[in-house]
Amino acid sequence: MRTDPWKSVTAVLAAFLIAACGGGDAGGEAEGEGEGEDTAAAQVDPATVGTISGVVNFAGTPPAPTAIDMSEEAACASAYPDGAMSQEVLVQNGRLGSVFVRLTGVSGAPAAAGNVTLDQENCRYDPHVLGVQTNQPLVITNSDDLLHNINTTPTENRGFNISQPRAGMESTQRFQFPEVMIPVRCDVHGWMHAYIGVVEHPYFATSGADGTFTIANVPAGDYTIEAWHEEYGTMTANVSVTAQGTAEVAFDYSADMAGAHVPLGEPLVIRHGEHGIEVERSTRTAGAGR
Amino acid sequence: MATIVAEATGQAILHEEHGQSFLRKYIFSTDHKVIAIQFLFTTLFFLMIGGLLAMLMRYQIAWPDRTLPGGGILPETMVSSGYILPEFYNSLVTMHGSIMVFFAIMPMLVGVYANYLIPLQIGARDMAFPRLNMISFWLMVPAGLMTLASFFVIGGAAAAGWTLYAPLSGRPDLSGVHLGQQLWLMSLVVLGLSSILGSVNYITTVINMRAPGMTWFRMPLTVWALFITAILALLAMPVLSAAGIMLLFDQTIGTSFFLPEAGGQPLLWQHLFWFFGHPEVYILILPAMGFTSEIIAAGSRKPIFGYKAMVWAIVAIAFLGFIVWGHHMFQSGMNPTLGLSFTISTLLIAVPSAIKTFNWMGTMWRGNLQLHTPMLFAIGFVAMFAIGGLSGIFMASTPVDIYIHDTYFIVAHIHYVLFGGSLFALFGAIYYWYPKMFGRMMNETLGKVHFWLTLVFFNLVFFPMHGLGMVGMMRRIYDATGYQHLQGIEDTNQLITWAAFGLYASGFLFAFNFFWSLWKGRKAEANPWSATTLEWQTPSPPKHGNWKEIPVVYHGPHEFSHPDVTDKDWLAQNERPDVTSPAHTGPAPQPE
Amino acid sequence: MPVDWSLPPNLSTQGVPIDTLFWIILILTGIAFVLVEAGIVWFMIKYRGREGRRAHYTHGSTRVEIIWTAIPALVLAALGVYSGTVWANIKSDRSFPDDALTLRVVAKQFEWNITYPGADGELDTGDDFTVRNQLHLPANEPVVVRLEAEDVIHSFFVPELRVKQDAVPGMTIPVWFEATGTGDFEIACAELCGLGHYRMRASVTIHDPADFQSWHASQASGS
Repeated sequence: MRTDPWKSVTAVLAAFLIAACGGGDAGGEAEGEGEGEDTAAAQVDPATVGTISGVVNFAGTPPAPTAIDMSEEAACASAYPDGAMSQEVLVQNGRLGSVFVRLTGVSGAPAAAGNVTLDQENCRYDPHVLGVQTNQPLVITNSDDLLHNINTTPTENRGFNISQPRAGMESTQRFQFPEVMIPVRCDVHGWMHAYIGVVEHPYFATSGADGTFTIANVPAGDYTIEAWHEEYGTMTANVSVTAQGTAEVAFDYSADMAGAHVPLGEPLVIRHGEHGIEVERSTRTAGAGR
Repeated sequence: MATIVAEATGQAILHEEHGQSFLRKYIFSTDHKVIAIQFLFTTLFFLMIGGLLAMLMRYQIAWPDRTLPGGGILPETMVSSGYILPEFYNSLVTMHGSIMVFFAIMPMLVGVYANYLIPLQIGARDMAFPRLNMISFWLMVPAGLMTLASFFVIGGAAAAGWTLYAPLSGRPDLSGVHLGQQLWLMSLVVLGLSSILGSVNYITTVINMRAPGMTWFRMPLTVWALFITAILALLAMPVLSAAGIMLLFDQTIGTSFFLPEAGGQPLLWQHLFWFFGHPEVYILILPAMGFTSEIIAAGSRKPIFGYKAMVWAIVAIAFLGFIVWGHHMFQSGMNPTLGLSFTISTLLIAVPSAIKTFNWMGTMWRGNLQLHTPMLFAIGFVAMFAIGGLSGIFMASTPVDIYIHDTYFIVAHIHYVLFGGSLFALFGAIYYWYPKMFGRMMNETLGKVHFWLTLVFFNLVFFPMHGLGMVGMMRRIYDATGYQHLQGIEDTNQLITWAAFGLYASGFLFAFNFFWSLWKGRKAEANPWSATTLEWQTPSPPKHGNWKEIPVVYHGPHEFSHPDVTDKDWLAQNERPDVTSPAHTGPAPQPE
Repeated sequence: MPVDWSLPPNLSTQGVPIDTLFWIILILTGIAFVLVEAGIVWFMIKYRGREGRRAHYTHGSTRVEIIWTAIPALVLAALGVYSGTVWANIKSDRSFPDDALTLRVVAKQFEWNITYPGADGELDTGDDFTVRNQLHLPANEPVVVRLEAEDVIHSFFVPELRVKQDAVPGMTIPVWFEATGTGDFEIACAELCGLGHYRMRASVTIHDPADFQSWHASQASGS
């Protein structure tokens, strides 16, 4: 046994290491590596498409919003000098906001144009309810300089649970399959919730605070349109779109449609039942595409 | 019987060498010396990787508000907008510990030195099962590849701590880690097999293949330590493999061994893991104690003080090591009565370690100390291990452990015994046996510089951690600055990080010395340290088959400065003496 | 060293024997530390290799072995008995206070949910209320916490109360303590529990008993 062969073994090893370090990449990153590029929108011929303009009405007295105790996160609590209020039921002048509407039964839709953004600001998700097309980039940003995690629990898609500890961080994710709705939560701030609707076509919208919504560039034809609300469930309507015309549709929710109103994310009594811990707290709502 | 087996294997080995290809001689070799050197290169590589992970962790702890320079080359799932992400930090913590324990320290102590030294020190030509030995090394390769690959899969590498507590480790939806944890578990099972096969080999070789005259109590303490370590590994590693497979099943095929929703018990994981884990840490220290005994005796030019006590202390540590595991679980929620029993057994195990420390000091006492690099590291081992052992007494006391459990006090303890202990002894062993392995000396000046830099930086890194534990800084914390009770620790953490960078850099000085000396080191004679054990009585490096003729042993292992030996201060074990002191070395062997 | 080498202020009855034990062990190990390290350094200087010097040949001394085995063994045995006594006074069934304020603390990724008994003073009745991340305690009154976890193992650690207990899913683990002063502190999670582990804090407010009563009353009626 002489030492000489060990020199050649060492030289081979060194060459291998240098090649590996120089040429290697960190391949196989998690799905959703950000590109931030717009995918090309299919050309839309204005002569063949119309618009859907809708409103979501709300009858009856809505439950009063409950206060969210943000005292554990001083930086966020200070953004709400009058106290932060829950967002599940937003009723103004008889109209219901944060209702997700989409056309059903549509095939052969163009690919998505652009990105959708979900921001975290002052310990809230903005927007609270949003839609994204299958494989469309969802850019998640953090405007708070503190830790949020974005924990999604879909049933049809692969979920993710990522952290963003600093302001300015950005992560791009995609969902491959249609799913209405995917719950999103932050585990560090238990009151933070959002819902993402993944649709295979671009014909969806979320009603604003004034209860109205618009879906543009819809090819002429007859459709079913479905509305979803986290407390009051789903309902459908029919709509006919004419080329270069505007179709009107209205949904009528009412206060007696919900189950017991449970403020999301606020822990209630935690009981020790016979099967372990039972928590009376709702993290999901009745109905709506689980 | 033993000699016949030894000779038969030996003749086979001597005859097989002729006409072997490069591949058979140096890559897929069954020669224990080649295999040991393969382990050495591999483990040094993993030592470097494990250290690199620690540097990333230390950067984050010292400067949680800063971005990582060069972090852009890492994927967004690890470093986002330049900041190390908390989930990546948890992976760093986990993989630093796992790689250091399973791919660096343990295989360096055992895979390298049990392999290299056992046949040479007992006068055998090779291991009892040379092909099994080769398999044992090559199993490490897929295990290592799986571990490294786990960083680059979706979800990243395992992130539940090297202790992999369930349910966090068994629930990908709660940890965010899917395949990475599974790869790590599979890697562990393969490594466990490698270790078990190795143990079978070492135990069989020591029992059956000792040269004539090499009685049990003439074996060098290194062989005793490695032999007992092999028994520990044989008994403990299967428990880890079994637990790892159960966890893998929980993750993949729907069992619930450790998941409470369907009746499983998270504490079961802890019992299984620590039943393995505590003997594991004795696997990590006993060989180091063996090397230290060897080097201190040779460096002091004196026999080991209390050889028999040292042997019984090794046995006691190994035996007691099986009944202390619960001290890792004092605050786990297990029955508090167990806290009492495990405190007693844990305090008891401090006794044999104390005996060994006093015996090493007794060996140095009235010696003629040769303070070369291996001796400096061996003495450093004693000094650092003493601190580690003493800090262990705090946590052995269950009420004190209430406060210091899962704080940096524990991190300090771990690193004083694993780095100050095992790694110092390993450095000593590398410098000491390098001439035998490679036929050249490492540079002595560089070696001394490496020692002093390591000693100073090591203590600057880990001693302050005792203080951090006292003020209550928790372990595995990505950013501790938000805690009210931890205001003011930033300066200390930054000092520790700078010292850690210095410590890591000193390692490269060592690496340079190691590789440079392969080509340019002074050529070594057979016995550069004038030592007495059998490996020094054959050329450096030994030929295939180790000996022209199997040596016959007449003396104990550390016969230095015997008053009747006047021409030199040492007496080789196989040296036919003019004078011998039967009270110390036993009667001369009878012809067979 | 820049860090403040001291234990945090102790505001708990249990902390007194714990801290005492800590200091006793520090003194004992400190003595051993000095003896060993100074001994090593002294030997390195005094017995340094010199030309013409020969080491003293000896294989050891049984008498000395017995002495330096017996002394550590006796000291450690005494330490074990003392530790065991302190431990039993904290953990045994008979040491748990009767009629203490009982709270439920449930750990989950990444928050602490504390359930207080309502006006009737009993847990697991309809008037209990739960608050996220705020632990309110009365001083000078024993408190029992029933510790649970929803998802993974967490650990309930309040440094100033010298309390640490792992929270294990599937188990309810009782912990008791009695605060000896008022102030604002924190619960820190002391067992790695995921990406938010480092942020899993809750506030701890120890009130004068009268203040605690009024806080409790207002919460119980307001919910």
